[in-house]
Amino acid sequence: MSLNTVNSSTQNAAKGMKEKDVKVVSKRQTVTKVLVQIGLYFFLTIVAIAVIFPFYWMLISSVKTVDEYNLYNPTLWPTEFVWGNFKEAFVGELHLGQLFGNTVLVGVVSTLLSLVVTVLSAYAFARLDFKGKNFLFGAMLATMMIPGELFTVTNYITVVNWLNWKNTFAALIVPFLVSVFYIYLLRQNFMQIPNELYLAAKVDGTSDLKYLWKVMIPLASPTLISITILKMMGAWNSYIWPKLVTSDLAHKLVTVGIREYGFIQDGVTNFPAQMAAVLLVTIPLLIVFILFRKYIMRGVSRSGIKG
Amino acid sequence: MKEQEKDFVEETPAAVEGTPLTEAEQAEQDLREKRRKRNAIKARLRNLKGWVYLLPALVLLAAFTLWPIINTLRIAFLNGYNGLAEVGGATFAFGFQNFVNVVNFPDFLVCLRNTLLLTVITVPISTMLALLIAVALNSIKWLKKVYQTIFFLPYVTNAIAIGMVFNAMFGEVLINGTPLSIGIINSILGVFGIEPINWINVGSSTFNNMVVLIIYIVWNALPFKILVLLGGLQNVDKQYYDAAKVDGASRWRVFWRVTVPLLSPMITYVVITGFIGGFKEYTSVVGIFGDSMGAPAAPGSMNTMVGLIYDCIAKNNGGLAAAAALILFLIILVATIINLYVSKKKTHY
Repeated sequence: MSLNTVNSSTQNAAKGMKEKDVKVVSKRQTVTKVLVQIGLYFFLTIVAIAVIFPFYWMLISSVKTVDEYNLYNPTLWPTEFVWGNFKEAFVGELHLGQLFGNTVLVGVVSTLLSLVVTVLSAYAFARLDFKGKNFLFGAMLATMMIPGELFTVTNYITVVNWLNWKNTFAALIVPFLVSVFYIYLLRQNFMQIPNELYLAAKVDGTSDLKYLWKVMIPLASPTLISITILKMMGAWNSYIWPKLVTSDLAHKLVTVGIREYGFIQDGVTNFPAQMAAVLLVTIPLLIVFILFRKYIMRGVSRSGIKG
Repeated sequence: MKEQEKDFVEETPAAVEGTPLTEAEQAEQDLREKRRKRNAIKARLRNLKGWVYLLPALVLLAAFTLWPIINTLRIAFLNGYNGLAEVGGATFAFGFQNFVNVVNFPDFLVCLRNTLLLTVITVPISTMLALLIAVALNSIKWLKKVYQTIFFLPYVTNAIAIGMVFNAMFGEVLINGTPLSIGIINSILGVFGIEPINWINVGSSTFNNMVVLIIYIVWNALPFKILVLLGGLQNVDKQYYDAAKVDGASRWRVFWRVTVPLLSPMITYVVITGFIGGFKEYTSVVGIFGDSMGAPAAPGSMNTMVGLIYDCIAKNNGGLAAAAALILFLIILVATIINLYVSKKKTHY
């Protein structure tokens, strides 16, 4: 009896101890958890500031006066806001309006043509049967491993020396109409559409082109939107090739234009004017990003290619 | 195809029996024959249709992808090849002169050094930082989407344009050699008692130039790496972490023993694409330093292999450009093979 009581009392004591311990441990755990969370937010905030700062600097510099920008220690918030820097980008020697026009034209035309070529090719690889299909597809994918510079060497000779396309829009558009990666991306998407739909359409006597237009394209529209945005952004950001094949204002693209232009005023670089021009180039990209974030991030995570 | 075979099988009995054919049988056989021919034509048309759909892509690929592969190889081994001269009817002798000339180029070693340094330094930094950010993002609840969006911003920008912003941030505004403004970065460093540093202006050291370039390249490389690594983290089975918790493993240990091995395929992927991108570094240099590829009064000091190739192309030195492009291709190939070899040993699937 007494043994029993002792036993049960020790058991109770042990139980109590345990509960207390658990409470202490869990309390300690929550404290560490909170501390770790604070640490994580601190770390992420520091990085976020570092990521955003260049955008912030561009923004506030573009509305500063030249005198304020050139203060020995620059101000972090403009004491006086001016909008003249933006006007200068359009009316000055930079001709930003013309550069924007050229770039949009090249971007829209090359995206539309590229979409047609990509859709037709992806459809052939996903739905049609023909001899040598798999070999051809494999060979095309293999070309993706070769660095672009190897192509550029010969393409420059072809376009400038043989075709005489220097300073034409064709030189900017034609060499980059086919992207093996986009064909691959769309083909994978087309393959997911059940074959029964195709067979049913065949029984109804629908032609391939009509089926492609009425069924495949609507079903694959997210991928097509991704391709469109990435292609447009590619045109907007392209620098190397446009710099090689264009030199006149009528065909120059915006990135080449702003990099070449000196923004020199009275022997000193006019940074506010430069930042205003840079901001005008960046804003469309940011708007597209905000509107189509999902599509861009999906396309990007599968490619690893910029633009 | 299947229909054709069926027709063929149906036909055989009549032929084997060898009995004279009645008119009706004859007519039926004719019909079969016709159908078979029609099917054969249909099959051929279907075959053709695939090629018709591919025609635009194939024509363009032949001209701007297949031909360049062949031709770049060809002209790399044509001594002193010049595209303009070839159009004019000149011919060139076969040889290795282009490779010799490229390697003996005064800028070659500078370009190679810059390219290798930038790659070897920026890839580990950006990968490690991206991994830490991805893990941190994965362990927070509030504002996750906001942070994620912010970290992705550098990706959607124009590398040249933002390079110019970095130039403005690090650069001093000089008038007749004396600074009018020391620039925002120097101003911020001044708060911590650091004297103004000549990052990128006239007379700046290669080391300082390199530091600015590395900061910019890492800033630029983070978004893609975070995106891929975070995607990988979100697919990791939670039970691994529960198991580690039961074993009482520390956070640090969990990171190295659970997170990194489980993410190793994604890490391999971002390292390989990072190396390839690093060897092709060019626009970030143009963005910060402009066409001269170096600080004022030191043009070319920050030039890269790709920059060298484009210089040769622009001067119509196709042979030199081709040789340099092949050398770069070989470097990338070797680096990728080494990466794959190392990752095969370390990757946990």
